[in-house]
Amino acid sequence: MRILVVWCPDWSVVAALSEAERSPAEPAAVLAAGVVEVCNAPARADGVRRGQRRRDAQARCPELVLLEANPDRDVRHFEPVLETVEALRPGVASLRPGLLAVRAPGRWFGGEANAAAVLAETLVEAGVRDCRLGIADDLFTAEQAARRARAQECEVVAAGGSAAYLRELPVEVLEADGAEGREAVSLLRRLGLRTLGDLAGLPLDAVQDRFGRYGARVWRQARGESPTHLAARTPPPDLTAEIAFEPPLDSVEAICFSVRTTAERLVTELGSRQLVATGVRIEAEHDGAVASSRTWLHPRYFSVRDLVDRVHWQLQGSSSLRSRRDPGAVRAPVERVRFVPEVLEPAAAHSDGLWGGAGEELVERGVARVQAMVGFDAVTRPVLQGGRGPADRQTAVPWGERATGLRPRDRPWPGRIPGPAPCRVFADPLATEVRDDVGRAVAVTERGAVTGEPTRFRVDEAWQPVAAWAGPWPVDESWWSGGSGRASRFQVVGTDGRAWLLRCGPEGWRVEAGYD
Amino acid sequence: MTPTAALDPERPVLDQLRDRVTAMEGGPARLPVPVLPALSGLVSLRTGGTYGVDSASLGLALAAGASEAGEWVGFAGWPDFGAEAAAGLGIELSRTVLVPDVGEHWLEVTAALVDVLRVVVLRPPARVDARSAGVLDARLRKRSSVLVVWGDWPRCEARLGLEDVRWSGPDRGQGRLRARHARIAVRRGAAPPVRADLAFPGESGSLSLLAPPAERVLDTSWQASG
Repeated sequence: MRILVVWCPDWSVVAALSEAERSPAEPAAVLAAGVVEVCNAPARADGVRRGQRRRDAQARCPELVLLEANPDRDVRHFEPVLETVEALRPGVASLRPGLLAVRAPGRWFGGEANAAAVLAETLVEAGVRDCRLGIADDLFTAEQAARRARAQECEVVAAGGSAAYLRELPVEVLEADGAEGREAVSLLRRLGLRTLGDLAGLPLDAVQDRFGRYGARVWRQARGESPTHLAARTPPPDLTAEIAFEPPLDSVEAICFSVRTTAERLVTELGSRQLVATGVRIEAEHDGAVASSRTWLHPRYFSVRDLVDRVHWQLQGSSSLRSRRDPGAVRAPVERVRFVPEVLEPAAAHSDGLWGGAGEELVERGVARVQAMVGFDAVTRPVLQGGRGPADRQTAVPWGERATGLRPRDRPWPGRIPGPAPCRVFADPLATEVRDDVGRAVAVTERGAVTGEPTRFRVDEAWQPVAAWAGPWPVDESWWSGGSGRASRFQVVGTDGRAWLLRCGPEGWRVEAGYD
Repeated sequence: MTPTAALDPERPVLDQLRDRVTAMEGGPARLPVPVLPALSGLVSLRTGGTYGVDSASLGLALAAGASEAGEWVGFAGWPDFGAEAAAGLGIELSRTVLVPDVGEHWLEVTAALVDVLRVVVLRPPARVDARSAGVLDARLRKRSSVLVVWGDWPRCEARLGLEDVRWSGPDRGQGRLRARHARIAVRRGAAPPVRADLAFPGESGSLSLLAPPAERVLDTSWQASG
């Protein structure tokens, strides 16, 4: 089995630059914990090296673009590359972001070099400018070949030539293995072993004694004997269901009647794999070409009837097929209808529990749909925390995030309002007014005395008499950090029976909460 | 792990499980949803129903029973949600979804929440026409959940309101709010309202029944409303 490895150098930088929408020709470095993790060729030309501190790197290359490390982003950006290669040759194994392996395509492309050229061309067309390919008998040799290839080119190691090829390589190539590799390289250098050939020439038990399991693995790799197991991605099973009509049908009703068994077959097939489809693409063909194609999403999952309904809606609604005069007929006869399940989810996540309660996963999915509609942070989870005012005592965490920086609840919090908690807590307090019996605005003096007895107040533009009131409770929070300043809280009950928590501060009266 | 809803200890377990199986098979999905013990004689929530309330506290109280029993609840269009009061009534905040601002998508958001939550409390931001309400009603019946609306709704199975509200505690600057005594009125269709006296919230922030309902309790709500 021949292995082809595609290596995209400095992938973290490539991915980060592409996400930041900057030119890949700019000198850039990805930093982790203030230290350069990866840098690209222009940066290296200015003397930036891996392991340098941020300040040192900037001193050598002032225009250096600094980017934060984000492994998720690297994987995300590598996914289209995997798909591009997969389109040419299935069975792609992603070794890490920027490095993938696949069984080398051979005769079909007319030789390995030709296959590599086709692959490189496709990748460059897909926007991966710097890709290097290597082909060899085993994974390690192929990777080394790829690392020694020039940009957009391929280095082919002839069959059986791995050991000879690796013999000349310096031991520094092991540094790509991470900390373990760097340690081994340093030791090998001190032992006077400069090339992989030197290492491979030693007996196995000596290497294993000195370097342990890692050494034994490297020894086998250096002899070109490493076993190659590719954990290839399994392409999803082909669950497409289709039905051909002979002769072609031109009425929506007839088509819907005929697709029912196909839809049943699809749903049964999915069911036997413990799957359900939540997104299905429906294609209708006429004259050998797809005339109507649309992806339908289902809030839960598609049943047979849902699928038939979607076919009906699609054919009836698609302007290219519908006849103007008779809405029940399609203009062009349909000769084939195809269901392509696009989003598949495990059936267990959608089933109702016998012992009650919707599964948490079901809730997660439902909430994710709401987030798609109104935005990520518009769906929240209420959380309690410590504080004095009612609005301070709670916060809302975006759904799916962890609450951080909560104030502890088990402290006494002197100055908080005792008694029942308000049902309505205004995050942005509403402006309001409170008057005394002669119509003057009520205020609180420096010494904490109320200037007059509240008799009328206004919430939502409607004045109403005060039935009962309590207060003032002075608060003076965060004066050390420019906080809200000195204020007083009142509880006011209106004649309609609704009670409010008001706050009289330098900015006037505000409604903080309502006891509704 | 799936949260487990408590079974009603007063009914045979087999019957209750049979009800649930029937609901899963697409039969009449009119399962009872637990309510707070103090309200159990007054109102019975059934899946597929819409219930109207006139105050935030009643909305919280109706959701609290289901939440205590291990179900998920949600609040939509509720920017001034009082988390502490909700927790005091028995709502488990870790099983609560809050969409403070639904904006113009309120119908879609509520429909999506109804799909996965047992009780959804909605404060519609605009006037609701009968067509939108019908869309949600159909969704509710299919997905066996309960919609509680704080505000106007074209067709409710029951409307709950508070009357004769008195707060005890504050007295011209002295004291503080301690407890609220109110009479709850449950109106169901054209039938005379059922009333009962509540301490809501009581001294401990919870809901308790002071005087039992004066009239006969209409437990079979779905028969009464058709």
